[in-house]
Amino acid sequence: MFTTLRNIGQYFLLLRRVFSIPERKTIFFKQLILEIEKIGLNSLGIVIIISLFMGAVVTIQATLNLINPLLPNYLIGLATRDSLILEFSPTMIALILAGKVGSNVASEIGSMRVTEQIDALEIMGVNSANFLILPKIIAAMFFFPVLVIISMGIGMFGGWLGSISVDVTTADFLEGLKYEFIPFYVTYALTKTIVFAFIITTVSSYYGYFTKGGALEVGVSSTKAVVYSSIVVLIFNFILTKLLLA
Amino acid sequence: MITVENINKHFAENQVLTDVSFVFESGKTNLIIGESGSGKTTLLKIMIGLFESDSGVVKYNERNFTEMNFKQKKNLRKEIGMLFQGGALFDYMSVEENIIFPLTMFAEKSEEENLERVNFCLNRVNLENTNHLLPSELSGGMKKRVAIARAIALNPKYLLCDEPNSGLDPKTAILIDNLIQEITQEYNITTIVNSHDMNSVMEIGDKIAFIHQGKIWWKGSKEELMTSDNQELNDFVFASKLFKRLRKKF
Ligand SMILES: Nc1ncnc2c1ncn2[C@@H]1O[C@H](COP(=O)(O)OP(=O)(O)OP(=O)(O)O)[C@@H](O)[C@H]1O
Ligand SMILES: [Mg+2]
Repeated sequence: MFTTLRNIGQYFLLLRRVFSIPERKTIFFKQLILEIEKIGLNSLGIVIIISLFMGAVVTIQATLNLINPLLPNYLIGLATRDSLILEFSPTMIALILAGKVGSNVASEIGSMRVTEQIDALEIMGVNSANFLILPKIIAAMFFFPVLVIISMGIGMFGGWLGSISVDVTTADFLEGLKYEFIPFYVTYALTKTIVFAFIITTVSSYYGYFTKGGALEVGVSSTKAVVYSSIVVLIFNFILTKLLLA
Repeated sequence: MITVENINKHFAENQVLTDVSFVFESGKTNLIIGESGSGKTTLLKIMIGLFESDSGVVKYNERNFTEMNFKQKKNLRKEIGMLFQGGALFDYMSVEENIIFPLTMFAEKSEEENLERVNFCLNRVNLENTNHLLPSELSGGMKKRVAIARAIALNPKYLLCDEPNSGLDPKTAILIDNLIQEITQEYNITTIVNSHDMNSVMEIGDKIAFIHQGKIWWKGSKEELMTSDNQELNDFVFASKLFKRLRKKF
């Protein structure tokens, strides 16, 4: 309990150092571009693959549950669309990214810590927390929503492929995708995503930044980063859903 | 000149430094020697502010570093070059980017001037044409030399080196020692070198502090060291049979 409180305190102290104006704008933007590539673009492949299969599976399961002479067939497309937009794309992708980006961020910052690169930055008068972490946060908050929108699109495409395999007509499926579309659901999903992006990058950076020891501890930090950012993401998923939808 | 006065430092139960006072002179290579774990790195990190001491004062030419606020410390650090025990090169940056980094961070110069300075520093450590290599593509000795180049990029008045030649072959080690000494004399820098390598002590030790049991156990020049009758110092310096024999001849 005591360590949890101390961790949380230390986390917010770190955030205070992260959020200051970067001293050299050009260096900051260079870092930002690098991070968008590392955190965002490099996650594109895994997001596409997962979304494709996820969409197909959701559709097949919806079909199993909803195929019934009394229910219109377009419900399957509708169910696929809403479950992807509301939950599967934002949360599932966030958890996958917590694994991929979280471990990457924590091990990168952690190894910089144990090889004294962070000390070297500090004595050059660089605010290392700001220099290393802020570009990651901004890159993720900017790019994760893009990934989630892509995931929604690919997921629906995967859903269509799935619907073919279970003999739902394309026309029915498409009708369902378009049926009573509620734009707020997308707003809700993207709001969640931006919060998740912040959680994943900051929690992982925190575990990386306070790594002590050597290569072994870097591994430990990166595991902790994944576990804790996933847990915090799930907690905030609950809180945000309650606030925004209920 | 860097002065430390009555520095104390402990980690948990472990009293690492006790009442350490010393004057590190400018234009000289000042050596801190002592066994592994005796607190050399700790002292260096206290001097540059990476660790906080329990008590004591660090002064850079009469400027009290310990009492400075964050901004003042930051300004002073522009005058300090530090070579870390492991090199601490930024591993996602090329050699050139590593050395140019402090320049773009601090110096208000044009890109060309900075590049010129990078090449000058690389030349100084005999590493021309390595600009675009990554640290992972360098040998241990090359890494150390790039780290020296980065440390001297901003023309420091103070140069702190944590075991600049550990893990290197004797020839490269001496090369780096000599390089540090040359730079020190050429620009009249206050240089501090942590070492437990006896070759370096004999080669460049203008002024030596021997740390033992957390205290400055002995201080003097390399000539004085050869004739000292301090038991612990002798046990440390002349640990090998070869050195014992050499000493008898001396
Ligand atoms: N960050 C730290 N936290 C806790 N203890 C530390 C820390 N850094 C150093 N120590 C302890 O302080 C003592 C001195 O360590 P230091 O690194 O200064 O030794 P050293 O003289 O540089 O050794 P070496 O020659 O092996 O580099 C050691 O007992 C070490 O365990
Ligand atoms: Mg050391």
